[in-house]
Amino acid sequence: MTSMLNPLKKTELVGFLVVAAVILLILPAITDAFRLNMVGKYLTYAFVAVGLVLCWGSAGILSLGQGIFFGLGGYCMAMFLKLESSTPEATSIQSTPGIPDFMDWNQITELPWFWEPFHSLTFTMLAVILVPAILAFVIGFAMFTRRVGGVYFAIITQAIAAILTILIIGQQGYTGGVNGITDLRSLLGWDIRTDSAKTILYFVNAVLLLAVIALSLLVRHSKLGRILVALRDKEDRVRFSGYDVAAFKIFVFCFAAAISGIGGAMFTLQVGFMSPTFVGIVPSIEMVIFCAVGGRYSLIGAVYGTLLVNWGKTTFSESFPELWLFAMGALFIAVVMAFPNGLAGIWNSHVQPLVKRLSKRTGERQAAPAETPAAIAE
Amino acid sequence: MSEPTDFLLAVEALTVSFDGFKAVDDLSFYVDPGEIRVIIGPNGAGKTTALDLICGKTRATSGSIRFRGKELTDMKEHEIVHAGVGRKFQNPTIYEDLSVFENLEVSFPRGRSVFGALVFKRDAEVRERVAEIAEMIFLTDHLEDRAEYLSHGQKQWLEIGMLLIQDPELLMLDEPVAGMSGSERIKTAELLHKIIEGRSVIVIEHDMKFVEDIAHKVTVLHQGRVISEGSMAHVQADPKVVEVYLGH
Ligand SMILES: Nc1ncnc2c1ncn2[C@@H]1O[C@H](COP(=O)(O)OP(=O)(O)OP(=O)(O)O)[C@@H](O)[C@H]1O
Ligand SMILES: [Mg+2]
Repeated sequence: MTSMLNPLKKTELVGFLVVAAVILLILPAITDAFRLNMVGKYLTYAFVAVGLVLCWGSAGILSLGQGIFFGLGGYCMAMFLKLESSTPEATSIQSTPGIPDFMDWNQITELPWFWEPFHSLTFTMLAVILVPAILAFVIGFAMFTRRVGGVYFAIITQAIAAILTILIIGQQGYTGGVNGITDLRSLLGWDIRTDSAKTILYFVNAVLLLAVIALSLLVRHSKLGRILVALRDKEDRVRFSGYDVAAFKIFVFCFAAAISGIGGAMFTLQVGFMSPTFVGIVPSIEMVIFCAVGGRYSLIGAVYGTLLVNWGKTTFSESFPELWLFAMGALFIAVVMAFPNGLAGIWNSHVQPLVKRLSKRTGERQAAPAETPAAIAE
Repeated sequence: MSEPTDFLLAVEALTVSFDGFKAVDDLSFYVDPGEIRVIIGPNGAGKTTALDLICGKTRATSGSIRFRGKELTDMKEHEIVHAGVGRKFQNPTIYEDLSVFENLEVSFPRGRSVFGALVFKRDAEVRERVAEIAEMIFLTDHLEDRAEYLSHGQKQWLEIGMLLIQDPELLMLDEPVAGMSGSERIKTAELLHKIIEGRSVIVIEHDMKFVEDIAHKVTVLHQGRVISEGSMAHVQADPKVVEVYLGH
């Protein structure tokens, strides 16, 4: 536990550089285009996990509905791409050419009003961030100003994820229903299905993820980051120190939602479709597991946790598909019981002291602790 | 109702009822600027509840609380803090996962909005103020320590320090010396005498020696009501007080 106090800012910087090297250099070097695309897909979930580190790890707000925001970001991007592929020429065999195919199949004859603005890429990029953030604001405002928290909050987010899934599936004509929005081909005329496009998108995604992590590190090292830790511990003390606790919770929940939305949009771009399977209860819980395995206090750990669990999922479910859910449940319980700080915790309490001891032995003493204490980190 | 008053705090006819049980019942008392007021009374007398009402943690069923003439009963908790009321809880309530420095820094009254907290800078003013407070609360040598590892008494001081750094005009302390050793009590009394400059303090305490040492005026509560008020000598001689409280 001591490792949670006064982390050297240097170690955090090193951790960041290492993760950057892993996703920008090492993974692309050791995987083929197909596998790299798969890693890219996993890394889109890391956006959600990073958001959960701030929301759940720092502030103690466990959301079991982060799939909502991932999905909304993904759907926003999918709507833009779908409109681009649904030109009147490309859809001339439909009874109403120029609208997405699934609308035509559902006897819809006019593009719904809320699809219209998604002709614009600028609007879409804003929507990818703002739609999840606004929904998070509404949920957060309703819950946190009423002091709903803990398990109740978790259950409510879970219920909202379920409702949203049902809504998407039910409104087939507007959303593509259970199949989702599929057959996405190009972005401003650039074919996103080719290997080279997928490789480029991998790197765009990787850079965005690193930017989001860097931003999250800044948030966590600000006074706001310490207030989040403080209110996780003693909410009343924070309130009676003159802070509007609900506002801080709403902020971190919206922040996590917004970055999840970016992850969702990058998912759509790399995988070429978006469907309700990424919105509901199961993906939302899986994302919490990625975060828990990585270590819920570690922004960097979230990336490794996501990669590891997804790699496990792919390997495992190829051989025993029906057992995966049980394995996942067992993994979650094991992590929570035995390693509550996840991979990052194992690293800090076992690997780092070893490294320190070795480097001490070689004579060069570690620099004195940082001159100023910093909030808990990895 | 709202005519100007010389009192810093005026509590009038304050009542709160929990499902019909009146924990505080028609309570009135007045605190002067610069006064140390001690509230005593048997367990369950409603002392903590009275502080809860003043700081907004519990909402009054009826009655009024005016602080510098401003009505507090319908203000939000953080607004009451901004108005100048600070409150220490009965059990030491500090942020165990943060260092002593950070505990004080988080309590520093700047950057209290979301945006303000994001752009808050740990500048010289903050460091100096933290150092100054740390010295007052005897924790200069522990600034870098994780608050979790402080002794019980040090945690009590830290929480007092977290309030002092906000420079409240009214400081409310709920049993600040409970669980402290003899020498810690003496130091705490010394601390309270030091911090009284320019503010009022309401202290709840059971330790009579300590009360005698610090109180300007004592209010005795019993079953949510004031049964006696005045100097320590006065309330000690009051037969009602002896019967319900001091006689035990
Ligand atoms: N939220 C609540 N709901 C119901 N009853 C309450 C509530 N808060 C306090 N009480 C009751 O009100 C009474 C007064 O409690 P309070 O904590 O104010 O006493 P106290 O004078 O601080 O006692 P102590 O010296 O033990 O700290 C007690 O009987 C308590 O059980
Ligand atoms: Mg009490």
